[in-house]
Amino acid sequence: MKMRVLLSGFITSLLLCGAVVANDYISNGGVDSLRGDTELNTQTQAAGLKSVVEQDKPYDSDYVFQPPLIPHQIRHYEMSLNANKCLSCHSWKNARESGATKISVTHYEARDGQVLADVSPRRYFCLQCHVPQNEAAPLIENDYERVESLR
Amino acid sequence: MKLLKAFWRKLSTPSKAAVGVVLALGFTGGILFWGAFNTGMEATNTEAFCSGCHAPIVAEIQETIHYSNRSGVRAICSDCHVPHNWTDKIVRKVQASKELIAFAMGTISTQEKFEARRKHLAEREWHRMSQNDSQECRNCHEFDFMDFSEQRPRSVAQHSDALASGEKTCVDCHKGIAHRLPDMSGVEGW
Repeated sequence: MKMRVLLSGFITSLLLCGAVVANDYISNGGVDSLRGDTELNTQTQAAGLKSVVEQDKPYDSDYVFQPPLIPHQIRHYEMSLNANKCLSCHSWKNARESGATKISVTHYEARDGQVLADVSPRRYFCLQCHVPQNEAAPLIENDYERVESLR
Repeated sequence: MKLLKAFWRKLSTPSKAAVGVVLALGFTGGILFWGAFNTGMEATNTEAFCSGCHAPIVAEIQETIHYSNRSGVRAICSDCHVPHNWTDKIVRKVQASKELIAFAMGTISTQEKFEARRKHLAEREWHRMSQNDSQECRNCHEFDFMDFSEQRPRSVAQHSDALASGEKTCVDCHKGIAHRLPDMSGVEGW
């Protein structure tokens, strides 16, 4: 009988310890992340989607060889094995008629510098480097400046 | 045989009922038949009916602006693939009955078979749309009411020139607006 009371007391205290440990585990310990100070086990409200900034002229570059930014909406542009919507205006074949910026000659070069007749497969997925912009404040303050030659 | 003969006699001899009764029966019968026919026709135009067989391609439209957008105005399968004009609609419906055979034979029963035929199927729709001057687009998008000041300069240039003159029609440029595209190599403008 005494043994049983002891055992159940022991198990209860074990469970209590477990609860404390588990609570510690789900707490963020007062550390803020870029997502805010939400506890790890709660779901934050997703931020609202921002609309893409559209303008008629290209963005200025900030550094040499920067992939130019996209100054227009690209929602639902298909980019697949079958079709590349970007290239239907920006490829060398179509740029003249569409009046869009021509992609640079580097897109026609294979990895070893060999020049190909069409866009190199490694440059096919435009959004790997080129992205549209929206009006979003930087998450962390920074004092980045445009390189001297492009100022 | 006897029965048939009796039935024929009944049809060919004048009815003993009053003309008014016969007419009334005819009218109600006609209204019922027409109502049932039209309801049946409408039922074959619903998204649920289309996705019964075309489930994978119905799924594709769900990513596009014709399925979901800020104002909730939508186009469903039949808005683009079935003419709205009655006679044209009947013609298209009869043509579509051919697809039942293809369905029974399993012509595009797998995703692979569908991908292999995607270009053929797309070209057929592009052809149909260019032949009827993109009528199904124009059922909603009326050229006369387009506000060019709300369009981007490149769109204005295209719409006020090539489209206005009738040199080009909607589908010539706006392909794949509700489905994924087939292999576009060799297609004009791609």
